[in-house]
Amino acid sequence: MKVLMFGWEFPPHISGGLGTACYGLIKGLNHHNQEVIFVVPKLWGDEEPLADFVNASDVEVDYREKKFIDTWQNLTYLEINSYLVPYLGPEEFEKYTDYTLHHRSDIDETVFSNKYQFSGKYGKNLMEEVARYALVATQVARMKDHDVIHAHDWLAYPAGIAAKEISGKPLVAHIHATQYDRAGKGGDQGPVYEMEKAGLLAADHVVAVSHLTRKIVIEKYGVHPDKVSVLHNAVLDASIIESKIKKKVPEKIVTFLGRITYQKGPEYFVEAAKKVLDRDPNVRFVMAGSGDLLNRMVERVAELGMGTKFHFTGFLKGQDVDDMYAMSDVYVMPSVSEPFGIAPLEAVRHNTPVIISKQSGVGEVLRNAIKIDFWDVDAMADAIFALLHYESISRMFKELGSQELKKLKWEHVAAKLVTVYEKLHQKQP
Amino acid sequence: MRTICFYFQVHQPFRIKPYRFFDMGEDHYYWDDYLNKSVIRKVAQKCYLPMNELLLELIQKHQGKFKVAFSISGVCLDQFEAYAPDVLESFQRLVATGQVELLNETDAHALCSLRSKSEFKRMVETHRAKIKRLFNGYEPKVFRNTELVYSDKIGEMVAEMGYMGMLTEGAKHILGWKSPNFVYQNSINPDFKILLKNFQLSDDIAFRFSDKSWSEHPLTIEKFTAWVNNVPKEHQVVNLFMDYETFGEHQWAETGIFEFMRVLPTAILNHTDFTFSTPSEVLGQANPIAKIQVPIPISWADEERDLTAWLGNDLQNEAFTKLYDLESRVNKIDDPEIQRDWNYLQTSDHFYYMSTKFFSDGAVHAYFSPYETPYDAFINYMNVLSDFIIRVSRKEKEIQGVA
Repeated sequence: MKVLMFGWEFPPHISGGLGTACYGLIKGLNHHNQEVIFVVPKLWGDEEPLADFVNASDVEVDYREKKFIDTWQNLTYLEINSYLVPYLGPEEFEKYTDYTLHHRSDIDETVFSNKYQFSGKYGKNLMEEVARYALVATQVARMKDHDVIHAHDWLAYPAGIAAKEISGKPLVAHIHATQYDRAGKGGDQGPVYEMEKAGLLAADHVVAVSHLTRKIVIEKYGVHPDKVSVLHNAVLDASIIESKIKKKVPEKIVTFLGRITYQKGPEYFVEAAKKVLDRDPNVRFVMAGSGDLLNRMVERVAELGMGTKFHFTGFLKGQDVDDMYAMSDVYVMPSVSEPFGIAPLEAVRHNTPVIISKQSGVGEVLRNAIKIDFWDVDAMADAIFALLHYESISRMFKELGSQELKKLKWEHVAAKLVTVYEKLHQKQP
Repeated sequence: MRTICFYFQVHQPFRIKPYRFFDMGEDHYYWDDYLNKSVIRKVAQKCYLPMNELLLELIQKHQGKFKVAFSISGVCLDQFEAYAPDVLESFQRLVATGQVELLNETDAHALCSLRSKSEFKRMVETHRAKIKRLFNGYEPKVFRNTELVYSDKIGEMVAEMGYMGMLTEGAKHILGWKSPNFVYQNSINPDFKILLKNFQLSDDIAFRFSDKSWSEHPLTIEKFTAWVNNVPKEHQVVNLFMDYETFGEHQWAETGIFEFMRVLPTAILNHTDFTFSTPSEVLGQANPIAKIQVPIPISWADEERDLTAWLGNDLQNEAFTKLYDLESRVNKIDDPEIQRDWNYLQTSDHFYYMSTKFFSDGAVHAYFSPYETPYDAFINYMNVLSDFIIRVSRKEKEIQGVA
């Protein structure tokens, strides 16, 4: 089977989990001898050669051709109010500033040229890039022979739809995160939601990363249940990481590691920390990461008078992230709405027991973790206390958790995906 | 008697280095030596050295008729000893003229008077000993509290320690219709006298001197002399209290601040009926006019003249409370590094950096803070404090082990 795949990013140049998931999936598909053409807005040249990569920035598009004009006109309306940065954390914000400076200089060139230089980031011109990416897709769909089209998340949905219009091949829309998860109430508004909905409805089949996400796709986007299947993410490496880092404080450490934003539920972690500290002062809580709610969390910690037991590290990267997992005695992910959430699996690799919210997709594959409702701070505090004090349960979670991890292989995910492809292919006239 | 009393505050905190959660339990050195040294050197060049030289010249020229007072915080003296012995020497030369009075304060420029009498006394004692050691046996008679913080109770405490009086702000909400240009009495102990800052004339120099939006800009010596002459005849003393860094640092040399000060003594002595006195001279000569009631502490900061710049939000209250909860534990530990850090962590500036009062129009605040936001200041301070608590606990265990 030849798969024409559209994805916004690919390792090593990634800013979120999307690129990592694409990488794992393609590795799995390779294992099953599937051919993948992967179209990425910008190719850097240091990607692992797992697919027939197409650099959208290299593809010439003749803008005078009517077909393109139609696609373009359908898409440009989305640019209104397009200063919208869905995934942007502070770390990406920096990259984005770099990018605008760079981009300004080649605006003239792109107006007259048939090629468009994509940034491939999540910057201010994101909506324009998404639209131009779709134009490129029509050209690629014409050039490259393929059996099935596969698009990852809303950024690639217009491209998937455009490709399908050209080749008539079946379209798989893969959904890693929805606007509902990112924005909470009110997620059913705005251009991102519209693009998600258009993509999901136009697709011949939808692949969701969890049952939780499948439910959202059906209930909030009105997609027919028969059309949606679940494909959980996997891990590239399930081996246990033996860290040399030694904790320098005698107390047990309970960690929140992630963006400090509404979606991740940091405030519930803070409230639960207070409840635990009231009962047991020999614990330290760490909130690692940054985000728009950071200052509010700092204020709340001070208000609750636990500033000497609750610490903030700011944004962590590289080795610091591994060290943080390794030093932790409990990892908590209290997300309000998490389509999947790979971080707890990383914690398991560091032999750290985890507590995850029932509103997180990863709970469907990680059975050996404590699951609580994100809002139930009493249950969260109980769970933290239990994992800290009752050694048997945390030892059990460590052992069983790592066994579960070993089952999460991208080959298995890809095998399921191939059956989806095959069914779609057979339906073809 | 009609006299002008100059008092200059000299202070620099030991700023904390960026201290991360990962450092906790392992790295026990908190101070940003590089930053602290460079600030001291910068301010020495712009302010301390040239202004000390100017004052020495004026004192010599006026032969006993021009005099000033200084309060130099202990943490600042420590930094002079380490980074700027030349500055320390120039202060020593000034004091040696006999026309310069030194005041006592808390060694660490701390706010402990609000929290603990015993810690307050200890810190004043430390400062007194330091002044004695560095200034040829000098013994101050007058006290000034951190940021001119004063209340009836604080005044009573200071009186107990044997001082004749102390300095504070002539806050409007305390004075009402009364004038700051008299000597007042502590409301609990009438023998203890209070000097109040004339914030109008003080701030004309300290804050407004180079402010181009001020209707009186530029401030000439003629104008200033005329204002001094306008002070009603029965008023006794005009207290000009300000940060010493006003000269050359807050008001750059280019604004003409040095030239202004160079001609000020002659202008006042020749064109007004005012003399110059030091705080102890004023307190010794003038008769107090009335008691002053200050049930709630005041300070010289901001429009409100209260404590909200240091203890006005949850971050500050949390840090302050957690710090002073340690007092009795720290007192039992005889370890020079623990004692040093305990001192330096009390410096009021750390709490000032956590203020959210000026967060919206950050300009004034940012000028004095090494942090980008009050939240950064809080996180960094609490990381350090958490490590400090770990060290205190470890020492306690060591002591128990020995006993």
